[in-house]
Amino acid sequence: MVGRKDAGRESVEPESVRRESGGLGRRGFLGYVLAAPVLVAGAELAPARAAGGDSAGNGAAGADLLLDLNSVMTAAALPTAHLITVEVGQDGVVSFALPRTEVGQGVTTSTAMLIAEELDVPLERVRVTLADARPELLFNQLTGGSNTTIATYLPIRVAAATARSRLLDAAAGVLGAPAAALVLSGGLVTAPSGRRVGIGELSARASADRTARVAVTLKPDKDFRVIDTPRTRVDALDAVTGRKRFTMDLDVPGAKPTMVCRPPTINGRVSTVDNLARVRAMPGVTDVAVVSTGVAVRAQTFGQCVDAVRALRVTWRPGPVGGRSEAAVLAELRAAEPPLGPAPPLTQTVEDVFTFHFRGNSALEPNCAIADVRADRAEVWSALKSPIVAKKEVAAKLGLPPSAVTVHVVEGGGSFGRKLFCDAALEAAEASRAFGNKPVKLMWHRADDCRQGRVHPMSTSRVRLSHLGPVVLGYAQRHSSVRTDFGHGLGELLTAMAARLPLGDAAFSQTFFHLSQAMPYEFGVTTRLLGEAEAGGGFNTGSMRGVYSPDVTCARELVVDRLARKLGQDPFRFRLGKLREERARAALLKAADVAGWGRSMPAGTAQGIALHAEYHSAVAVVAEIDCRPEVVGRRVRDAVTGPRVTRVVVAVDVGLAVNPSGLRAQLTGAASDGIALALTSSLHLRDGHFLEASWDDYAYTRQWNTPLEVQVVVLPGDGRPPGGAGELGVPAVMAAVACAYARATGTDPTVFPINHGVLSFTPKPTVPPVPASPDDGAARAE
Amino acid sequence: MPEHTFRLNGEPVTVTAPDDLRLLWVLRDLLGLTGPKYGCGIAVCKACTSHLNGRAVTPCSVPVGALGPEDEVTTIEGLAGEGGLHPMQRAWLDLDVSQCGYCQPGQIMAAVALVRRVAAEGRAVTDADLDGIRNVCRCGAYPRVREAIRAGGEAMRDSPDRGLPTG
Repeated sequence: MVGRKDAGRESVEPESVRRESGGLGRRGFLGYVLAAPVLVAGAELAPARAAGGDSAGNGAAGADLLLDLNSVMTAAALPTAHLITVEVGQDGVVSFALPRTEVGQGVTTSTAMLIAEELDVPLERVRVTLADARPELLFNQLTGGSNTTIATYLPIRVAAATARSRLLDAAAGVLGAPAAALVLSGGLVTAPSGRRVGIGELSARASADRTARVAVTLKPDKDFRVIDTPRTRVDALDAVTGRKRFTMDLDVPGAKPTMVCRPPTINGRVSTVDNLARVRAMPGVTDVAVVSTGVAVRAQTFGQCVDAVRALRVTWRPGPVGGRSEAAVLAELRAAEPPLGPAPPLTQTVEDVFTFHFRGNSALEPNCAIADVRADRAEVWSALKSPIVAKKEVAAKLGLPPSAVTVHVVEGGGSFGRKLFCDAALEAAEASRAFGNKPVKLMWHRADDCRQGRVHPMSTSRVRLSHLGPVVLGYAQRHSSVRTDFGHGLGELLTAMAARLPLGDAAFSQTFFHLSQAMPYEFGVTTRLLGEAEAGGGFNTGSMRGVYSPDVTCARELVVDRLARKLGQDPFRFRLGKLREERARAALLKAADVAGWGRSMPAGTAQGIALHAEYHSAVAVVAEIDCRPEVVGRRVRDAVTGPRVTRVVVAVDVGLAVNPSGLRAQLTGAASDGIALALTSSLHLRDGHFLEASWDDYAYTRQWNTPLEVQVVVLPGDGRPPGGAGELGVPAVMAAVACAYARATGTDPTVFPINHGVLSFTPKPTVPPVPASPDDGAARAE
Repeated sequence: MPEHTFRLNGEPVTVTAPDDLRLLWVLRDLLGLTGPKYGCGIAVCKACTSHLNGRAVTPCSVPVGALGPEDEVTTIEGLAGEGGLHPMQRAWLDLDVSQCGYCQPGQIMAAVALVRRVAAEGRAVTDADLDGIRNVCRCGAYPRVREAIRAGGEAMRDSPDRGLPTG
């Protein structure tokens, strides 16, 4: 794969690049052509560029613009942007190994669109794959923070434009016409004479025998024919025919199904195994071995792994969470809350504290990885959003140099934060080694994913608004969270960038908290502080589609609603009068307008409105909820029903929307997530373990909770470069649903999700750790 | 170990496996058909939904020993004829339903079975029918799934798969 090569590249002189790029105009950039037998082009991007009106003009954050997390991440990726390259094959197919991970968010499609646009090739002739772990990319191979499009928009376009420029030059020689007179369209170059040549035929001629710099000008936004048009996902056909391959679908020779028998409490350890020999002799079982997370079994089929896991008799040592229940964690969170201090004198206040319970961030594809470990090397396949960290950690686990470990990044079946971590890859490597260097296809059972997988930390958020009549004088928020694990590379990135940040040497989590939180309202003196509870240090945490933002925003918007109510003002008009930015104002107005804000609704139903700005984007949401008894009590077989969100209207401004269809999908999915967070989805911690063990227990949004109407209005980007969208919608939907619930029921909810107090299922046993599969499926055919 | 013969996507197959091995693992681990996905193993997420004699089942809860030579198992790979697409798959593409794609084979197989079932009852798909679909989509694409089922159901009326149970 050419994307991995960097041999033959000239050394880069950042200063000279910076100097040269100053004279290129706002769409002018430097690309380079790599020494290779076919055309391979990359981008040179200086760390700072002047702002301009075109979407290309102000995409790269300069060192003086490090105001938020996405600017930091983008700046951290820039110095290695030249290492990612577009290749034009002799078959006319353009290939690009994206150093990010596709987990459903649509980045393979949007990336293919950028290349198709700038290179004027049909979208179906662009092949985007996922790059293996490439340590030389440093901080430019981390998929998180909704940063992919923000950080890669310019480098990918510049690389494609460089290829285009070289192809036209090569065609000039072939067609006997000046390059300026040639037209490149649909993968063909046409001369004024009508003579044509395909880009595949031109590739070798356009290649370079030594690396060369090329000045290129990007296509102006007004000429876009692919970008900003809705496109079906490039993998849609494979997805609907069952041909799309996820990690567990790969055929790696000798890699047999492997599962781990796990402890009854979080991160417990094996003490003794009473029946190893008996389980080793079970049908289909090839290997059984103790590993750091439990007892690993390898068999001919996963069904036999399940049987073996259930048959193991293990004595366990408890994990660091011990026998804690959530009441104890809540007490620790209260104790960790930074002090709020006294309210300003002579002011009135609205204040409350909100509790957000643990949530599971499992994707539908469980944690899984294939590992083939040999004495002196290892190869790993998994959906990894931080593959460089995975490579280092697998190497450390095996005692191998990182160069002896190959990490292949596979498209994932969802992530939501989970795949920032490489838990399954590490475990697969360990198991492969423990079995005497045999390849394994390791998968977590769903019950493992629920009970031992990563969780979105439980948190509390105290908010105080100080005001004198309608004038808001101060906003204070004290967020207290079980410690969030940033060990997936983002912490490393922030450390590396620390000298350029205004926050000194604050801990990763503090830095992240401050960089990711913005205040959209003019609320006077604003202070926000994060407190962290260690809670024994034993929870496996990770963010879920937004780190602090969903809970922080939900708490803020609920208190904003309360102040509006106290002042006798409409929640929409009150917000409109306090907004600081025109983008947020336009989004709020559009959402209210499309939803028909304020329309008359029956008692027990209501609208809620909320706003969120992050990832260089802004979003406003109106949610309508039905809390009437006949709806709350509706019966669907084995379902958690309750209040139903009947309609969600989203108005979103992400700047330039590369693929409006993909953007709508992200916001629709965020609606499902926000509804779940506000109403139904949480984990219950009792006696050191989570009660939930599968999708029947963990009440993520299902069809019976889905709004009958979801409208996503994409606002014009006004020439701004693309912002992030993957996590953007979740906080606003969660908050809008919470506000709607409060208004429909005339209550002030403070605990989320609102049904957390009612356990809707009978907990499954923790020993054995996984349930048996039912055997009556044929009788339940429908 | 016992042998089991059944029909799979139109062809007879014979596998050697324990009676109680669930069909999902026979398909995935022994026969290499990876369209049906694992999501829970206890018939609650429906990611593995396939058809048994034209009706939706979760292979994770069907022991292979329960199948006989006349039983027809259809997975996503066998839903459409050679080289073509089933109308439900086309509807899925037209509405750009999928995100990560992991639940999509199961969603489509459940949708086809639902349309066939309501057609056999001589009625159209209702919101209550759609509310009753149990397939988890963790990307939250539910509204587009609903749209696609209605569109695909319409298209099925004019296709060889007229929405009548085949078994």
